[in-house]
Amino acid sequence: MHHLVIDRWSRGSSPLHQRDPRAKLAALLVFLIALSTTPPAAQAAFVAYAILLIVAANLARLPIRGLAGRAALVLPFSATFALLTWWSGDSLRALGLAEKSFLSGMAALLLVGTTPLTGWTAALESWHAPRMLILVIQFVYRYLFVIAEQAQRMRWAALSRRGSRKRSRRVSFQFSAAAGLVGVLFARSWQRADGIYHAMLARGFRGRFVPAAPPPFQTSDALFFSACLAGCLAIRLLL
Amino acid sequence: MPRHPPAPVSQAIQIRGLRYRYPDGTQALNGIDFHLDAGESVALFGANGSGKTTFVLHLNGLLRGEGSIEICGLPLADETLEQIRSKVGVVFQDSDEQLFMPTVLEDVAFGPLNLGLSPADALTRARTVLKRVGMAHALDRAPYHLSAGEKKRVAIAGVLAMDPEILVLDEPTTFLDPPTRRDLVTLLRSLPQSKVVVTHDANLARTLTTRAVFFDQGQITGEGDVIEVIQRFHWEYS
Repeated sequence: MHHLVIDRWSRGSSPLHQRDPRAKLAALLVFLIALSTTPPAAQAAFVAYAILLIVAANLARLPIRGLAGRAALVLPFSATFALLTWWSGDSLRALGLAEKSFLSGMAALLLVGTTPLTGWTAALESWHAPRMLILVIQFVYRYLFVIAEQAQRMRWAALSRRGSRKRSRRVSFQFSAAAGLVGVLFARSWQRADGIYHAMLARGFRGRFVPAAPPPFQTSDALFFSACLAGCLAIRLLL
Repeated sequence: MPRHPPAPVSQAIQIRGLRYRYPDGTQALNGIDFHLDAGESVALFGANGSGKTTFVLHLNGLLRGEGSIEICGLPLADETLEQIRSKVGVVFQDSDEQLFMPTVLEDVAFGPLNLGLSPADALTRARTVLKRVGMAHALDRAPYHLSAGEKKRVAIAGVLAMDPEILVLDEPTTFLDPPTRRDLVTLLRSLPQSKVVVTHDANLARTLTTRAVFFDQGQITGEGDVIEVIQRFHWEYS
């Protein structure tokens, strides 16, 4: 299924995939801090950040277009604020806002595209992030797949009963059908999620995912983080 | 409520007067008395909605009704829930609900890790049971990419990894093609645990179990030798 793409990416074997999740998470934080504190006028810095991400994506053997397309999904959310800023007369700031949200999305995707979920949540846990936050991330991740799978099955069922007519003439009919689908999707997803939770309890789940194999932190991980830190600092301070 | 003497340890399951009503008011179980001896295998028959699945969800405390439940001599209570869940392994009808971790190995190791095994021991145990169910080649695969038969094997491995004394199998051969079904039945026959098998499949029941109970509207209305129960309730497709 299409929504499994990122999950499949995260199972790669590139040098970036092999780095310790803690090193990658720390590198992401450094990148985000540097990016968010970069003034909008420093357009050369944004180009440099983008080049840094492209180099990392190449190193991870991930498709740049696929990454960029998915990172662009954050733009509608930031577009509202960017447009308001634009109308208030600060076009450079508006541009910077859109650039920052897009590059942040791409950097986060690089992390999840090169680290399995259990890896980066274990990294969060080792940093003593709130357990409830980690649990919510893990459940959301799992249940998003559940909802997507359910939605795909229902879409196929709907398509198989649509007949030869490509579009119904009545918009109101289309709307009511879509609304019905959303309602049924919610009910079915809830039922399925409940089943998964039961299966977890049956195997001794006590409110915490126990990491299977805490990865050792190696010299190469420290070197990787140092390189990321140096790159981000250089861009932030020199450009 | 009358007090009963504790069940002898040779009894894997002892249930008396089990009742359960769903929040919507449906009375799913209405006074179930049931026992399973250690090493015995029993089939649960009954029409859809007769209470079989609701009943098996009580066996490791996923649902809690009225009445008394003892598993391997332990009364089901909040304090014993953890122990009981390690003794009763439930293989659900829909494997997609049972396989929730990113890889097969991590999924099978999920139970042992919850039992408190070290990551190294849990992974070793997971590898061992995956080899036993013939899925050693799929350690790093995502469970969603497996075939229905492979998913079922991994789901069984996930339960076996917890080293249970009782296996509860809810419709284990649903969605399986005949060759996969045959392989699965061979695997299940080789497992030494006591078994509770919920099924509509009389052939499967004859192969795996010696005794059967028949559910109807939340009650057990028949019990005895599996062949005799099948004949009495005409429980065959043709």
